Amino acid sequence: MAILDKHKILETNATLLLICSFLVVTIGGLVQIAPLFWLENTIEKVEGMRPYTPLEMAGREVYIREGCYTCHSQMIRPMRDEVERYGHYSLAAESMYDHPFQWGSKRTGPDLARVGGRYSDEWHVDHLRDPQAVVPESVMPKYGFLERKMIDGKYIGDLLAANAMLGTPYTEEMLASAQADFKVQADPDSDYDGLLERYGDKVSVRNFDGQPGVSEADALIAYLQMLGTLVDFSTFTPDANR
Amino acid sequence: MSKPVKKFDDDPNTTGHSWDGIEEFDNPMPRWWLWTLYATIIWAIGYTILYPAWPMVNSATAGILGWSTRGDVAAEIAAVDEANAPMNAKLEAAELTAIAGDAELGSYAVSSGSAVFKTWCAQCHGSGAAGAKGYPNLLDDDWLWGGSVEEIHETVTHGIRNEDSDDARYSEMPAFGRDELLEKEEIDQVVNFVMSLSGEAQDASKVEAGAVVFEDNCSSCHMEDGTGDRSQGAPNLADALWLYGGDYAALSDTVANSRYGVMPAWNTRLTEAQIRAVSSYVHQLGGGE
Repeated sequence: MAILDKHKILETNATLLLICSFLVVTIGGLVQIAPLFWLENTIEKVEGMRPYTPLEMAGREVYIREGCYTCHSQMIRPMRDEVERYGHYSLAAESMYDHPFQWGSKRTGPDLARVGGRYSDEWHVDHLRDPQAVVPESVMPKYGFLERKMIDGKYIGDLLAANAMLGTPYTEEMLASAQADFKVQADPDSDYDGLLERYGDKVSVRNFDGQPGVSEADALIAYLQMLGTLVDFSTFTPDANR
Repeated sequence: MSKPVKKFDDDPNTTGHSWDGIEEFDNPMPRWWLWTLYATIIWAIGYTILYPAWPMVNSATAGILGWSTRGDVAAEIAAVDEANAPMNAKLEAAELTAIAGDAELGSYAVSSGSAVFKTWCAQCHGSGAAGAKGYPNLLDDDWLWGGSVEEIHETVTHGIRNEDSDDARYSEMPAFGRDELLEKEEIDQVVNFVMSLSGEAQDASKVEAGAVVFEDNCSSCHMEDGTGDRSQGAPNLADALWLYGGDYAALSDTVANSRYGVMPAWNTRLTEAQIRAVSSYVHQLGGGE
């Protein structure tokens, strides 16, 4: 075939070879990656997902800083053992406000994708203080220092703004009241109507660590207690073909 | 490109390429290798027809087998549920107290209950059910709300101090110190009295005064002799078994601030068969009544 005999031109021109190789790799990449941006079933439509509250975001920062993701995944795979232990398999939509996602790749500890509401706040406090006190066979380190580290949310607005830049739909109002929202979520005696108005009635407002003030433990427990609880599974029918 | 030149008669042909006088033999590919290559190409075409593969406008091709990971897991769970359905139906229909007596049903309940326990209960009550400070031991004879299989079933179903179930077990000991119901001195006395019930009073001189405080403030739930009342979830204080610690400091804290341990209502998460199974499992651990 005549066209196959022309490869000498490519093989003897390094720049042309480079350009053509790049073209081939580009087409391959486009075929694999680009459809994810237009296929409607990449991220299924679910009800209930909302941007994380400022306190939950602060907790998420603690989660990332302490490297929780190195031992805990947030990704329930569609397998019987995982679904029966952890609950409904994870949906892409559940990570859509995660920048970056916390799927993890290793489970030294259990998956946390649906840990929200599974334990009491007191359990989390006991467990962070001394994991072996409640789970003797655990190898998790102690995180008691979190409840002594008080935080004021000084930069929480910036954190939300950065996430808004990455695509999380924080409104101007949410950004403007970030620090106030941050403080009221851990204080059930405060006026938190604004927080619920902005983020929805299902937001938990509690003194998560049982101690006055907002500590890193408050933030982390608020984040953990929210994990996996946002999607309304009563209105969601999984499309099997994904 | 020069004309192929054979140097020896038994040389294969060259490709005709010549680079600085270096030529290249044109040996044929081994047949087995070539056919394997063709076979993999045909396999790949078949695979993309049978299984989900090509991205189209709105979704990817589904594949004519209709296979999906999600469908797979749903089918697998359905198959296991179906296999267990007759036993689960039997479990739900049986009298709670009769389950242990039926050899087949009893062993089914205990082993499936053990799996439920390890998934949902072990985090607080421990994988061996021995509990921890603040989380009751389920192996001993000391029960807050009763240790018969019916009472355990009731506790598991509705939980303790939660808002998920209207029938959740509820008891609320006052925070005698925080709410200023008792003076510091009175708390000191009553703690010594309570410790004396199990023979461990710290300061015997305060026991007598503590008995009066106890009589006035505590006996309506914990009973006059301190043996507690399961119908109110009031623990037995005379048996030297303590959920939050029995030393002076821990007891003072309990009297001053009270303790409100919680347990979820499992009827929101588990099936009736699972609840019955785990109740049977807990009942046969050693403390069942």
